[in-house]
Amino acid sequence: MSLLEIRNLTVRFATASGWFTAVEGVDLSVEKGEIVAIVGESGSGKSVSMLAVMGLLPPTAQVTADVLAFDGKDLLTISPAGRRALTGADMAMIFQEPMSSLNPCFTVGFQIEESLRLHLGLNKRQARDRAVELLTQVGIPSPAQRLSAYPHQLSGGMSQRVMIAMAIACDPRLLIADEPTTALDVTIQAQILDLLVDLQERRGMALILITHAMGVVAETAQRVVVQYAGWQVEKQDVYGLFDHPHHPYTAALLAALPERAVEGARLASIPGVVPGQFDKPSGCLFHPRCPRADQRCVEVRPVPAGPELGQAVCHYPLGGTR
Amino acid sequence: MLRFFLSRIAVLIPTFLGVTLVAFLFIRLLPGDPVEMMAGERGTSPERHAELMARFGFDRPWWEQYASFLGNVLQGDLGNSIVTKAPVLSEFLTLFPATLELSICAILFAILFGLPAGVLAASRRGTIFDHGVMAATLTGYSMPIFWWGLLLIILFSGILGWTPVSGRIDLLYFFEPVTGFMLIDSLLSDQDGAFMSAFSHLVLPTIVLGTIPLAVIARQTRSAMLEVLSEDYVRTARAKGLPTRRVVGLHAFRNALIPVVTTIGLQTGVLLAGAILTETIFSWPGVGKWLIDSIFRRDYPSVQGGLLLIASVVMIVNLLVDLTYGLIDPRIRHGR
Repeated sequence: MSLLEIRNLTVRFATASGWFTAVEGVDLSVEKGEIVAIVGESGSGKSVSMLAVMGLLPPTAQVTADVLAFDGKDLLTISPAGRRALTGADMAMIFQEPMSSLNPCFTVGFQIEESLRLHLGLNKRQARDRAVELLTQVGIPSPAQRLSAYPHQLSGGMSQRVMIAMAIACDPRLLIADEPTTALDVTIQAQILDLLVDLQERRGMALILITHAMGVVAETAQRVVVQYAGWQVEKQDVYGLFDHPHHPYTAALLAALPERAVEGARLASIPGVVPGQFDKPSGCLFHPRCPRADQRCVEVRPVPAGPELGQAVCHYPLGGTR
Repeated sequence: MLRFFLSRIAVLIPTFLGVTLVAFLFIRLLPGDPVEMMAGERGTSPERHAELMARFGFDRPWWEQYASFLGNVLQGDLGNSIVTKAPVLSEFLTLFPATLELSICAILFAILFGLPAGVLAASRRGTIFDHGVMAATLTGYSMPIFWWGLLLIILFSGILGWTPVSGRIDLLYFFEPVTGFMLIDSLLSDQDGAFMSAFSHLVLPTIVLGTIPLAVIARQTRSAMLEVLSEDYVRTARAKGLPTRRVVGLHAFRNALIPVVTTIGLQTGVLLAGAILTETIFSWPGVGKWLIDSIFRRDYPSVQGGLLLIASVVMIVNLLVDLTYGLIDPRIRHGR
């Protein structure tokens, strides 16, 4: 049994102008101790699908799925109390903006100890000791003093370390990191990624890394899911994906990597933007931006190819003969 | 924190000077003068009028009068009432506890009902409860105080006979004022029923005076909460698996408090203005009624002194509010 099992997840938002489908037909299973990356541009529904797993979507969201289960527990029918017992304890999440994700009114110590006392039932003293331990693990110098610091006294990198300490406080089996390095300086980005991978290895927890940086994927992930406008367009292990992308979108993302640029030529980019609520194309969602699209792509919605072609949702997958 | 404190105090000085000037000029802008009012319908001869005006010093140019008023104020002397001849300060201090008691009860009433109403409305946005709170507070805010007071008197005092119509306590009870607060003094007096009498006299004025602040506090709390509830750190709190009660009541509410506390501070000014009307409706023996009477008599020293004292109270309350920001938000405390 997989740790996290998602089948046919769809998330819709009620808006003033009707339903907006942010995520459609997402399948994902994550095993214990595995690192899975979800990549795609902004607006691809990467965060939304994971927020649905965590139960953190706003009330305007409607979540449907054939299966949405964590460790065998059905998250669709779970009681609010049962859900709260899992959230923050067995599955935890860190976010894109560490500076605004910490509550400015409370000390770092209070915010870390809070979940320890809630989920593990530690007393004040034990929680404090454990918090010092956690801050040490995430590499914060003089941790005991840091506990009484307020978030505004921390840098972005420090804040993200505190967020990570909070997330791993109760030994989660699944950690979802939603673009954890996007808001940080490049040098700090590498440190935070190293820290996440290191913690993942030592604790044997599963890690879902949401990112739009292909470089981050290459360094960390074992399996990769490429998401576009709410669809999962390709799924492969990391080596296969980088060597033989099957979906034109994946190929375009890889071609946009500065490392793969041809010297003297302009950096490659994908023209246009991810379609939103009002400009969802017919047929294949990627066809307006796809160099290989023809009339069939405009009219007919593609279905996923087989695993040998990365389950690419494309009429003409690269390296295929369909 | 000390710098924060001193800077807030420094701001008060020009405000205080401005208030003395406004209080001084305001009453002189009204047509008529104290001598004319005292003379009544029979009037007085121009010579006698001029003589009396000269005796009070009202014949001097206004800036001279203002300078001497300001000089006296700085020495703690607000002058004597033209009508009663008693010092303005002692008249004010005799009556002020009644106003203070009423105002404290009114703002407590407003906070006690306004804060939870706003928090619940925000956390149940779009529900019938939310719409109900919004509609009720808009009605309360729009209701003229005197009209609202009369309605309540007709219903609770007239038809139902639950509460007395006016005054602070039944004439049956008499005791020397100790604190000036009728609720406390009646308890200290040990007379059976005195406290209940004082309490029942206070209920309607408290509701009437507290209605507008309640409405404003509820609406401000709701909008502050709505803003805070969409913040990232609220999502973090939910991601920890905390119960909604704690997410809303602690993580969000603490951050929503600053605009709410500001509103509460500003409402004390509104409250003291409302007290004038409320005290008149309920014959409440406070400074509001005294101030109105003084205005009608063109009792210059009482009006300018009374306004100055009320404005000072409002300024002090707002200073205290500013200082609580530091307690609520560590970023202010640490001077950022």
